[in-house]
Amino acid sequence: MSLSETELLHAPAEALLVAIRDLLEAKGIVSTAEIAERIAITDAASPRIGAAIVARAWTDPDYRARLLANGSAAAEEMGASMRGAPPLGVLENTKSVHHLVVCTLCSCYPRAVLGYPPFWFKSAAYRARAVRDPRGVLAEWNTTLPDGVSIRIVDSTADYRWMVLPRRPLGTEDWSADRLAAIVREGDMIGVTVPSI
Amino acid sequence: MSTLAPGQIVRVRDDWPEARGPVHIRTPHYLRGRIGTIRKILGRFANPEDLAFARPAPSLTLYHVAFDPASLWGDAKAGDEILVELYESWLEEA
Amino acid sequence: MADAAETEPNPARAHHDLGGIAKYMCEAVDTEPHELTEFDREVDALRQLLGMKRVMSVDELRRGIEAIQEAEYHARSYYQRWIRSIADNLLRKGVITTAELEAALANSRMCP
Repeated sequence: MSLSETELLHAPAEALLVAIRDLLEAKGIVSTAEIAERIAITDAASPRIGAAIVARAWTDPDYRARLLANGSAAAEEMGASMRGAPPLGVLENTKSVHHLVVCTLCSCYPRAVLGYPPFWFKSAAYRARAVRDPRGVLAEWNTTLPDGVSIRIVDSTADYRWMVLPRRPLGTEDWSADRLAAIVREGDMIGVTVPSI
Repeated sequence: MSTLAPGQIVRVRDDWPEARGPVHIRTPHYLRGRIGTIRKILGRFANPEDLAFARPAPSLTLYHVAFDPASLWGDAKAGDEILVELYESWLEEA
Repeated sequence: MADAAETEPNPARAHHDLGGIAKYMCEAVDTEPHELTEFDREVDALRQLLGMKRVMSVDELRRGIEAIQEAEYHARSYYQRWIRSIADNLLRKGVITTAELEAALANSRMCP
């Protein structure tokens, strides 16, 4: 007796993956070798790329200007693989404005410069609360902003992917770009934390 | 052809296609019928509402639109704003 | 966080459309890192390849995820939703048939 489409879709996820992978390979659509290669390429993208971009923007005013004008081109300069990737928008934190990135509809994330989105970014609690209780969300990371700083929440609903250019911490005036990059974390580039020394 | 300009006040259409059948909408529920300000023209992109069903997808202008959270929720802090990418098909002059 | 002026979201709201939804306002955000499993990575890579080869777009993936019934949507992990959407789309587009999928599932169950 054949199963309905609904019943098939309820198969255990691991079994669905194996079955689909086998079928696609048999049909010459996607091979297991291609999957392995793609995993390796995807694993290579990480917040280290974003951190290097931030550190360069902090130390090179011309790069900073290019980054804010065209995030994709500037990211590519620093080794991010932007071909086929969605356009990258860079959100500059200032003395009075702090940015927070969210995708309330799904999980749109600047993967080319930050790698896989973290669990929390994809969670219902983050997606629901970020647009309505941004300071409560920041408090989950013990992040508090000074009085007088407003929050601009950026809901990634369409074709752009967004990363935050955080403010450079005081006391780092003579640091090299490498030393600066080491203190920039994934959360700093989404806006749930701020870099500190 | 973009017809809206930065600084212009717009309203998000108070439409609910979800009630009429299977759809894929990228305009968040919390903005339907709300007033915002065009911040920037982001470019032209194929309509995801059609791409999602493998239909021919016309190019639409995508805007970055700013909203005051206090106009959306009673418990918002003054001075904050929400910036959302919205397609021209969802925006009308206010 | 209760507010006298709060209105209920429109009943037509799709269940994945979560911005500002009241029932999550007091739910903690799990900030712990959760490592991706091999399953997660494979599903992610598969989705990318299907997109690059123009077999299934990210928009179709999202539509398929959004079509999952609400209870199941929240009960499934992120990548479990993805593989279900991929299966749904491949069937819907005729890339694979229900008979082929059924047979392949039966085969995969035989192997631990």
